[in-house]
Amino acid sequence: MTQYFELACPNRPENVGLCRVAVATFAANLGFTLPEIEEIKVAVSEAVSNVVVHAYPGAEGVIALRCDESEGGIVISVRDDGVGIEDVALARQASYSTDPERMGLGFVFMESFSDEFTVESKPGKGTRIEMRKRREAPAEGA
Amino acid sequence: MLEGAGKPVQIAIRRLGRTANVRLAGEFDLKAAPQVREQLDGLIDSGSQRIVIDLRQVRFLDSSGLGVLLGRYRRISERGGSIYLLTAAEGSVRTVLEMSGVRQVMPLLASESEVPRA
Repeated sequence: MTQYFELACPNRPENVGLCRVAVATFAANLGFTLPEIEEIKVAVSEAVSNVVVHAYPGAEGVIALRCDESEGGIVISVRDDGVGIEDVALARQASYSTDPERMGLGFVFMESFSDEFTVESKPGKGTRIEMRKRREAPAEGA
Repeated sequence: MLEGAGKPVQIAIRRLGRTANVRLAGEFDLKAAPQVREQLDGLIDSGSQRIVIDLRQVRFLDSSGLGVLLGRYRRISERGGSIYLLTAAEGSVRTVLEMSGVRQVMPLLASESEVPRA
């Protein structure tokens, strides 16, 4: 069996850090380097922050996080059962945000710090983000 | 790697006339954003014209923290003021700042000595 973990928690701001640290610990155990883990932390923070800020307007809801070991890397999934995204292509554009205090860079960071990045969303049903990242190949002779 | 994880952001403020030096430490994310926003807005509303924000002890920054910085830049620039950011030369905080393009409006400096004199 390959390594994995699942975590479910309420959509509260303090749980952004909880999810970030959980994934960072998992990635460290898989042998990711410190710079890679720093990138993973930013990507996870953005995905979970989006759930907290956007998924359940004015209501409580669940952040569902899952990490799987994959061949040479990690697969991170962040899912919610919230309002969903009307136009995923528009939301993924840099500087797009429905909140003037946010910069619209969340998806940009998720995409930049992943090797593969997908967003599945249905209005009224929720959103699932999947990020895949490969470990840096060890230096020859290492 | 996990040092300081989940630790609340710490804010230290020193005012010298219309200049304010703000030192942040910890993790500047969605949870910390309201606290930092409130402190910086307080400085702007009470007349600070130059705010030097020291991010060198910040261990984590994401777009929630960036949004606070950019929002405060917008507010202070409407009043003719400016914000300077002190950052480490490398690391994830620096990477996030560089990628966001905020340096086009807020200079990224290595130390207090690089802050232009008022």
